[in-house]
Amino acid sequence: MQRGLNMEEKQLMKKTKNDKILLAHGGGGQLSDDLIRNLLLPKLKNDTLAQLGDSAKLNLSSSSLCFTTDSYVVKPLFFNGGDIGKLAVCGTVNDLAVAGAKPIALALSLIIETGFKIELLEKILDSVSRAAKENDVNIVTGDTKTVEAGAADKIFINTAGIGVRLPDIDLDLSKIAVADKIIINGTIGDHGMTIISQREGMKFQSQLKSDCAGLADLIGQLLTNFNGVKFMRDPTRGGLAATLNEISKATGLSIEVRQNDVPVNQTVQAAADMLGFDVLNIANEGKFIAVVSPQSADDCLNICRKHPLGKEAAIIGQVVKTHDAPVVEIETEIGGRRIVQMPYGDQLPRIC
Amino acid sequence: MLDRIDKKKTLMAQACQTLGRQINIMEVCGTHTVAIFRSGIRSILPEGIKLLSGPGCPVCVTDQGYIDVVLKLARRSDCLIATYGDMMRVPGKNGSLETKQPNDNVRIVLSSEDALQLAKDNPQKNVVFIAVGFETTAPATAVVVKEAAAQGIDNFSIMSGHKLVVPAMRALLSQKNHNIDAFLCPGHVSAIIGFGAFAEIVESFSRPCVVAGFEPMQIIEGLAEICRQLAAGTPLLKSIYTAVVTEKGNTTAQKIIAECFDPADGLWRGLGMIEKSTLKLKKKYSRFDALKRFGVTEIPVEDTTGCRCGEVLCGLIDPADCKLFVQNCTPLTPIGPCMVSSEGACAAWFKYGRKTTDEENQKR
Repeated sequence: MQRGLNMEEKQLMKKTKNDKILLAHGGGGQLSDDLIRNLLLPKLKNDTLAQLGDSAKLNLSSSSLCFTTDSYVVKPLFFNGGDIGKLAVCGTVNDLAVAGAKPIALALSLIIETGFKIELLEKILDSVSRAAKENDVNIVTGDTKTVEAGAADKIFINTAGIGVRLPDIDLDLSKIAVADKIIINGTIGDHGMTIISQREGMKFQSQLKSDCAGLADLIGQLLTNFNGVKFMRDPTRGGLAATLNEISKATGLSIEVRQNDVPVNQTVQAAADMLGFDVLNIANEGKFIAVVSPQSADDCLNICRKHPLGKEAAIIGQVVKTHDAPVVEIETEIGGRRIVQMPYGDQLPRIC
Repeated sequence: MLDRIDKKKTLMAQACQTLGRQINIMEVCGTHTVAIFRSGIRSILPEGIKLLSGPGCPVCVTDQGYIDVVLKLARRSDCLIATYGDMMRVPGKNGSLETKQPNDNVRIVLSSEDALQLAKDNPQKNVVFIAVGFETTAPATAVVVKEAAAQGIDNFSIMSGHKLVVPAMRALLSQKNHNIDAFLCPGHVSAIIGFGAFAEIVESFSRPCVVAGFEPMQIIEGLAEICRQLAAGTPLLKSIYTAVVTEKGNTTAQKIIAECFDPADGLWRGLGMIEKSTLKLKKKYSRFDALKRFGVTEIPVEDTTGCRCGEVLCGLIDPADCKLFVQNCTPLTPIGPCMVSSEGACAAWFKYGRKTTDEENQKR
């Protein structure tokens, strides 16, 4: 651990104060220390982090844990409804929550391109801090690396998270059975369409807003109140289509969805139609899919709808027997049927 | 709505009965193709109604030689290629814009205006706009050509791949082995050219032409109207997309196309050379013609890949009848253009119409 700055050094730092990230900010020397003590620590304040040890020492209530990691490279960094900082916390919190764990602690690693404005870094760290607080987790350890301009795109963030598994909760694909209901906690496609619309060259006027949110509280309420929840997953990249296909493939069972029951924000639908996207394939960052027993479906739905992040929750379909091969099928608004495929590659915008 | 659909379905089934045979209806618009698949219309149609996905996707009908010329221009270090996203993966003889861009000089644009802006922002580069599309995108290309001329933006040029819908429909019906009973005419194109433009098809070939919008109910009503006409033996020209399409269309857009372009004979993937079916820049704008500017005189001849996109576009086979479908040709590794664009018949079939790879294998 390095000592703090004395008055003389502080004055020197003030004189040479830089408003941009330099390579030395990740070099492990004085500037690194300065960045950690003057920016990261005050923003992410907690006792464990303040020790600045090589590892964070945690005392957990149980040894039954969930552990996950995810890297965040979103472009643009700031979007309507969130930014890369909020995303980095909520994404990892959600991965723990859908696995049936209460998120406890996160590690935060920053990879920053030189020249990145410190003012923006502060903004991102404010979001990290706010999201951590809202989701009742601490950032207990971390790392900062800097790379030459061009070696990364502004800033990349990795978070890893540890959660304590909720007692007597064992979510597993193997529990899914025919007639189980599929619940989603709200509208789909909001995050993906917001990002796509804001991305360079696609700045059309819109009122889109990312659904980026941490779901630990809502999922905690759901799981501790009902034992009918069998499996959960957050439909991020690849959207609802990917998640349902993963469930179908893994269980060997088919899934039927009713299009009229899938909540979609009208602006999202219009933007998707305009660009030729299928909303089922568009990413979400504040949604979960829950596969629940038919008996508990209505109760689960009611719990969701009472929570601010589940107001528009809906039962969108059910698990059905497989005939030839497991498929995800959707009943369209005109009563037609079609297969919902696993999305492939990037979707390209259409031209006419 | 479901009641209305049931009534239309009954009408269609009765038409098949009256005629005592299958009715083949071709949609000549990629947006219709996608809407039909996405809303599952095929799954609710009575047996005996067959929908054919025609040459309605501009990417799909772009010939390989055109792509090869684009790739050649992309290899020049002084060029910056501005293209609609759909063209990125269309394969030429040796790769696509996505796989072959040695100089990192390909930019995806959403409009012709973006392409012109790119030229303004990069005065040291020659920006070539890959101008594809039917009468829907041609006016937008014409506008930027005129702007470039007025503002003297000389580092801007276009590769015109613009095509006209009616000559293609004529060419389809002139083929000996075609099986097209009627056309569901494109909503967007009709908004520009007016539904009156299809009168010659009805008159010369006695085929019903019905213009419909893109809502599932519109499409179903369009199909039912076609069946009604066929059963009655009175092929007519009709638009049920009355909110958007008029008989004369958008005359301002037509005028600007006519100001900038002349109709010219041109190659269509799968259909070959079609008389007066493409748009070529008028002489007074020819300095914005990329072919002229870069001295391209020869368009490479199409390679044979075993791809049957041509037959798919003519409605002669379904995508699944092509040996390459799913096996070698997928949206990630497309061999033919119909698998590239989201509006291509093969891509739509792959995405919405297919059950599993295993099932495809068993069928074969």
